Amino acid sequence: MGITDNTQIDLPSNQVRFAGESGAGQPKIRVEGYHGFFDGKPVLKNISLDIHSNERLAIIGPASSGKTTFLRSLNRMTDLNHEFTHSGRILLDGLDLWDRNMDVPELRRRVGIVYAVPTPLPWSIYDNMAYGPRLAGKFKPSEIERMVEEGLKNAFLWDEVKDRLRTPATNLSGGQQQRLCLARVLALEPEVLILDEPCSGLDPISTGKIEKALEILKARYSIVLVTNNTKQAARASDRTAFFCMGELIEIGQTAQVFTYPASRKTNDYITGHFG
Amino acid sequence: MRLSPATSQKIAVTGLWTLAAVTMGVLLFIIAYVLAHGLPYVTWEFLSQSPHRMGKEGGVFPIIVGTLMVAGLGVLIAAPVGVITAVYLTEYTREGKLTAVIRFGADCLAGIPSIIFGLFGFVFFAITLGLGLSIISGALTLALMMLPTIIRTTEEAVKAVPRAYREASFGLGSTRWQMVTKVVLRSALPGIVTGIVLSIGRSISETAAVMLTAGSALGLPQSIFDPARTLALHFYIMSREGISMSKAFATAAVLILAILLINLLAYWIMRRFVAKAR
Repeated sequence: MGITDNTQIDLPSNQVRFAGESGAGQPKIRVEGYHGFFDGKPVLKNISLDIHSNERLAIIGPASSGKTTFLRSLNRMTDLNHEFTHSGRILLDGLDLWDRNMDVPELRRRVGIVYAVPTPLPWSIYDNMAYGPRLAGKFKPSEIERMVEEGLKNAFLWDEVKDRLRTPATNLSGGQQQRLCLARVLALEPEVLILDEPCSGLDPISTGKIEKALEILKARYSIVLVTNNTKQAARASDRTAFFCMGELIEIGQTAQVFTYPASRKTNDYITGHFG
Repeated sequence: MRLSPATSQKIAVTGLWTLAAVTMGVLLFIIAYVLAHGLPYVTWEFLSQSPHRMGKEGGVFPIIVGTLMVAGLGVLIAAPVGVITAVYLTEYTREGKLTAVIRFGADCLAGIPSIIFGLFGFVFFAITLGLGLSIISGALTLALMMLPTIIRTTEEAVKAVPRAYREASFGLGSTRWQMVTKVVLRSALPGIVTGIVLSIGRSISETAAVMLTAGSALGLPQSIFDPARTLALHFYIMSREGISMSKAFATAAVLILAILLINLLAYWIMRRFVAKAR
């Protein structure tokens, strides 16, 4: 426990230094002393980290380490769970997510989420794509059409579906459905993209397409990727955070975390000794 | 003695098939019996004329109009209230004492005999509120009777909408209201319509509650504040008071055909809605 605490105190300063080196300035998202509780039981303990623009942050860790809860906190999807409470702050461009001026639907457009299981709505491909922009209520039909096409192109799905946009989305294969869910979020032109094990049920080709999309998309967005696949974290992220039992054990450049992890726990996890 | 799986399968299929056949048989027999006795008297004159000599002669036109008005107005009142209540219970509140009380109240409402509803409607709507024996009193009473069915069926339909749809909708920046109207109700529509159709059937064939609240006037109603007679009540009076068995059966045949027609229409509309939603 003592070792863990030390590493935790040390690491945020490390990570601030990294931020300084890359010249990122103000972080896109700053998490400060964030705690999360289900029914009063802590599931996230004192998490502090920064997420920068144009980076891919992978979050790895064993089951029930709080990765998904942390991810869902980033756009307040945790609100849907009445048993969930939190303390501490998460700042998006300096504004606390729970600030009274925070417009939650708008927050979710800015911080778009892709779930582990593809969740197409039971409509046509086009209606799935246009749903988000239509909800926003500020786009003209011609703009929505452009957003739909852009989103599908950015998720490498356009060529496969451009001739059947009006057919039910549920007819697509699992991998295509997941790319549709990514495309649907991209159509909204978010600022941060958060993905909860987006490739857990996918074949290697679909996984490859999603990873390729993320690599290109990081030029425009911050990307946070929760994954159970450490190999995926190693090849598809710039920085990696290791969560265990609700604590942030370690965060650093992916290459560093995977070659010289600061914590023994991290080392054990990535070498497959537990988790 | 142990049955082989194949034998038990055969017995099960035979048993289930027999029971289903008996159910269908009884239903078809009743319908066929009523139609056989009634249809010969269902002529254009019967449908289009007013009754004479207390219904011994003439037709049932004002009664068809009265039935449609009472049941139609009842549904127009009950459907929105019921659907909104169900949405409130499932989407807008957390399970707690209040929802339990509302749900328990709805279930109790469903078990109350219709004559009690009639009595309540008579005392409250007709006398206390001064609406008199009228279509509106009857419709309000029927609406109360329909509410539990509509609430319960809507609740079940709404609960059956996968949680993933809600998450997807919220994730794309919808408000709760947008999520309910654009995703949940759209997906739950077939179930909701089924519930409403079931309650239309129940209200159109309701007798006791209508007798005490809408009256049994034979004239053509001019407004919703006029009294009216419904087909089921007309049938009851024709047969109970021995006025004319042939007219009674003819009325019953019209009633059955009307319910059939309404169900077919409702499902047709629903299919179009669902097809549009896809």
